[in-house]
Order: sequence, then structure tokens, then C-alpha cells
Amino acid sequence: MEAMLFYLVALVSVISAFFVTKCRNPINSALCLVTTFLCLAVFYVMLQAPFMAAIQIMVYAGAIMVLIIFVIMLLNIGSVGKSRYTHGVAGAIVLSFLSFIVAAKFIAGGTVSKAVGDISAEVVQSYGHTELIGKAMFTEFLLPFEIASILLLVAIVGAVILSKRKV
Amino acid sequence: MLENYLPVLVLIGIAVAFAVGSVVMSGLIGMKKPSAVKLAPYECGMPLVGSARERFSVKFYIIAMLFILFDIEAVFLYPWAVMFKRLGMFGFVEMGVFIAILLVGFIYVWKKGALEWE
Repeated sequence: MEAMLFYLVALVSVISAFFVTKCRNPINSALCLVTTFLCLAVFYVMLQAPFMAAIQIMVYAGAIMVLIIFVIMLLNIGSVGKSRYTHGVAGAIVLSFLSFIVAAKFIAGGTVSKAVGDISAEVVQSYGHTELIGKAMFTEFLLPFEIASILLLVAIVGAVILSKRKV
Repeated sequence: MLENYLPVLVLIGIAVAFAVGSVVMSGLIGMKKPSAVKLAPYECGMPLVGSARERFSVKFYIIAMLFILFDIEAVFLYPWAVMFKRLGMFGFVEMGVFIAILLVGFIYVWKKGALEWE
């Protein structure tokens, strides 16, 4: 049942990822990208990482997609970007084939199929995924967490300075 | 584990069924008398002002950008809220510092007039 759901979602994500590059209209590509993001969120749920799934939907399918669509609208690609783009297709095929071989080798070698460290699937299930992240973030990784707020502050100031400049 | 997400699946199923059903049913049993006016694109029945394929103002973009930044701030609140009782006062002060730093950014945005639609 779970394997069936996985293959179904994987199929949808691969097809929608294909149409991200295939669609002529950039807005259609953006909508296909949302579908891919949603499929990734389902994968996170299957991997018992519900917090990652929530972030995937909130930040990627929500905020990042708004930004991408606004870029499309700002640049007004809709009217000019309709020409066929066949550049580097051969290179892309070779590259994706090579990365497929590397990924298959890693999976067959078993180096990525096992969890490393003291946090196993059982610990995640009994303690809770979000709780584990919260515990690590607010005790062990306290400094990076506070630095993240500085980073966000810099980004806020930068966004305002860049867009409020008089031209 | 995955059984907990059955309501989500049911909700998605209902949403898809309603969307597909509305289109299919209106195509099957709806009346079709197309005319040039009926097939024209419309917005709330108003006459068209111009093409939708226009360049948008950067004002939209700054709002979206600020939305992302404060969205990420909200994401940090989730693991904190789950662990709030166990972290106690320590966690409260930590999050207080985090929010205070971002509050400086918010005041900056406000004072700079980036939220004004001038």
C-alpha cells in the first residue's frame, strides 16, 4: 500500500518536473513546479518528517512560488519567452544519466539506506520529529539559530534598500 | 503512521472530485450558446482596460520578499512551540532574542515606508 502510494507520487512528481521544463508558458511551468513541491512534501511525510513537509508547503509551495511568479510578472517573460529552447539538451541527458548511475550505486551499496548516528527511526517515532528538531535547535545549535535571525535581518534591510532606491 | 494522514487524503480527494466534477457536469448538462461577447475574457463584467501581459511594479515584489522573510521567522516558531514547556524560561528568552532582532527589521521596514503603497 505504502509502496504503491510512493510510486504513484513519484510518477506525478517526475511528470510534473518534466513539464516544468517542457511548458512554453512560464506560468504553466511555475504551476507544474508547485505540483513537484507538493509531491516532495508527501515524500517527507512518508519519511516520517512531518515538520519538513510543513516547511516544504509553507516556504516552497507558498512563499518561494509567489516570488517566482512575481519574477515572471516583473520581467514579463510571458510575451517573449515562447521560442523553443533546445540548447544543451544532449549535455543535460548525459549529466542526468551520470547522476542516475551515481545515485543507483549509492543505493545499491547501502551507504544511504541506513540511518547513521544515534537518532533512528524508532527514536523519531517515539519522540516526535518536530520535538527532536526543536530540542537540537534550542540547546545544541542555539548560536546558529540566533545567527539566523541576524541573517534574516540583513535580508530584510537588503530587500528594502534594493527596491526602495530612487531611479 | 501514514494512517494519520488519511483525512488529508480524503480532503484532497474531495477537492479534486469537486473541481473535476464541476467542469465535467457543466460541460455535460450546461446550455451551450456561445457568442463573441460570452467567449471574451472578462473581469467582474467590466470592459477590459488593456492586456494582462504587462510589466508589474516592483512594489509587489518587495511585499512578496518581506512575506518570505517573516514566513521563515514563523517556521522557526513551530519547533519552539512544540518544545515550549520542556525548554521553560530558557527557551522563552532565546525566542525573545530572536524575535527582538527581527523586530528591529520590522521597525526598519515600517519607518522606511516599504509597506506604503505610494
